[in-house]
Amino acid sequence: MQEAYGIQTEVINKSYGKRRILYDVSLKVPEGKIYGLLGPSGCGKTTLVKIISGILRPDDGTVWVRNQQMPSLQVMGQMGYMAQAAALYPTLNGYENLKFFGSLYGLKGRGLKERISHVAALVNLTDDLSKRVGNYSGGMKQRLSLSIALLPNPKVLILDEPTVGIDPLLRQDIWSELYELSGQGVTILVTTHVMDEAQRCHGLAMMRNGHILATGTAAQLQQAAGAGTFEEAFIFFSNAAEHEEGGNKNG
Amino acid sequence: MDRIAILAFRIVDQLRHDKRTMALILFAPIIVLFLVHSILTGADNTYKIGVISAPEDYVTQLAKGEDISVEVIDFSNGDMDLAIENAINAIKTEEITAAVSVPDDLANADIYLDGTDTAVAKQITGIIKSALSLTLREKLPISIEESEYRTTYVYGSEDTSSFDNFGAAMIGIIIFFFVFLIAGINFLGERNSGTLEKMLSTPIKRGEIVIGYVLGFSILALIQTVIVTVFVVYVLDVTVIGSIWYVLLINLLTAIMALTLGMAISGLASSEFQMVQFIPIIIIPQIFLCGLFSLTPGWELLGKFVPLTYSVGALREVMLHGNGIGDIWLDLLVILGFSAFFMLLNVSFLRKQRSI
Repeated sequence: MQEAYGIQTEVINKSYGKRRILYDVSLKVPEGKIYGLLGPSGCGKTTLVKIISGILRPDDGTVWVRNQQMPSLQVMGQMGYMAQAAALYPTLNGYENLKFFGSLYGLKGRGLKERISHVAALVNLTDDLSKRVGNYSGGMKQRLSLSIALLPNPKVLILDEPTVGIDPLLRQDIWSELYELSGQGVTILVTTHVMDEAQRCHGLAMMRNGHILATGTAAQLQQAAGAGTFEEAFIFFSNAAEHEEGGNKNG
Repeated sequence: MDRIAILAFRIVDQLRHDKRTMALILFAPIIVLFLVHSILTGADNTYKIGVISAPEDYVTQLAKGEDISVEVIDFSNGDMDLAIENAINAIKTEEITAAVSVPDDLANADIYLDGTDTAVAKQITGIIKSALSLTLREKLPISIEESEYRTTYVYGSEDTSSFDNFGAAMIGIIIFFFVFLIAGINFLGERNSGTLEKMLSTPIKRGEIVIGYVLGFSILALIQTVIVTVFVVYVLDVTVIGSIWYVLLINLLTAIMALTLGMAISGLASSEFQMVQFIPIIIIPQIFLCGLFSLTPGWELLGKFVPLTYSVGALREVMLHGNGIGDIWLDLLVILGFSAFFMLLNVSFLRKQRSI
């Protein structure tokens, strides 16, 4: 029997005008795992997760989420997406922001209220829901964005740099929540440029200049590179890829 | 259907909290209309005309001033050249608007005037000439059957002020302008802040987003339309011969057309500043071509491609000519057609992001 994948992409390509962002990106994220997409800013992580979330069309290639081809409104109803920049309405308060997005996911009445208080408690925002989001701090906005992504009780969660600017204690809480969700079978794709954060993931893909450099667990990657630290492993694979590209050009 | 309503109500909530936008969309049009009205109806002044040298009976005739009040200032003093020089200086200092010199035989008239304001210049030339012909007629020994002018107003009356004519068009233009700008900037904000993408990550269709937006802003447009229309009709007391309900209907449809255009244009702008840069391209040509000014046939043909032309046309039919739905249905249909076209354009812009 074929292994169940939460997310699968096949030879995704994307350019903005003449600028190529993604080169033949194929990725397999097992169901119920936390999968990290590690790479420096500008490497194409955000573009890739937008394509996976169904909010950006690839030039070619296919995305399956829970074995359905994207974009599918049915699957999107089971996906939570957290953007890198806090995508919130500053003139509305926290509760109104949650209510709006929750309603778009089809939640209503008591069910909606219960979900809102549940996710707000998770990110420690219960007491701030009546404040205007325009008056929130950066970290609070980040937390509200995360809680919105959790609203639909998603089967697949896509988080673009979720813990940037969040205080270490809360980051700890968020990670334990992610582990718990993954224990319940939720597939989670996290992008990050922080090495230690990547090491917390069950599986990893290293990305640079629109290419996937290597995939595996943190330990596997470190071992394959023969590197003492994880950062050295990243440098090893980056150099290897550059050599290969250079070789291709010369050949 | 549900999601459309959810989106529409969110927009209303958002605007309710945003006091500055509310003030801009509700009160700015009133201030502008009030200004235009005050300026255009207040142009009821007296022209001061200097007389360099002229026979007594001509001066009397000139001072009578047929419809327009005229004040005659005498510059004549033995020296003709000096009188001319004094008069020209007086025009330069804006003491008088024009000066005239007529010989005793009334054969001709020399007119000196400031020609920069062509409307005023034409009017003054008219006054001076008609005074001349009236004086001549009185002097003629044989009485000729006097030709009398009788004016029948097909539309309007002697009391129609320049604002009545202008105002009908101004209402449409102002509603169009403010709604275009606010809807465009709001939708652009949605793109730039990432909330549009966030919405696209939920199970809402592209079409639902556009319709929800139009619906939400229509509620605001309805409030604005009512305020502007009531203000113009009851406070400024502008002549509305036809039904005020038609005026409301035309204004509401104009607002919807403006907001769909604003949203579509926002797809081409990448910042609020760029959105403002579209005003000289999208709005100003429409003001010139919509029928506010009389155009040569070529320009008038071009005006047919301009959405605002149909709003202004319909408003004039109702407000000035007192016509009803029988005369404006085609204009309204074209306005709705433009709105539908702009909405489709918007839905197709979103296609860049998602196919459903």
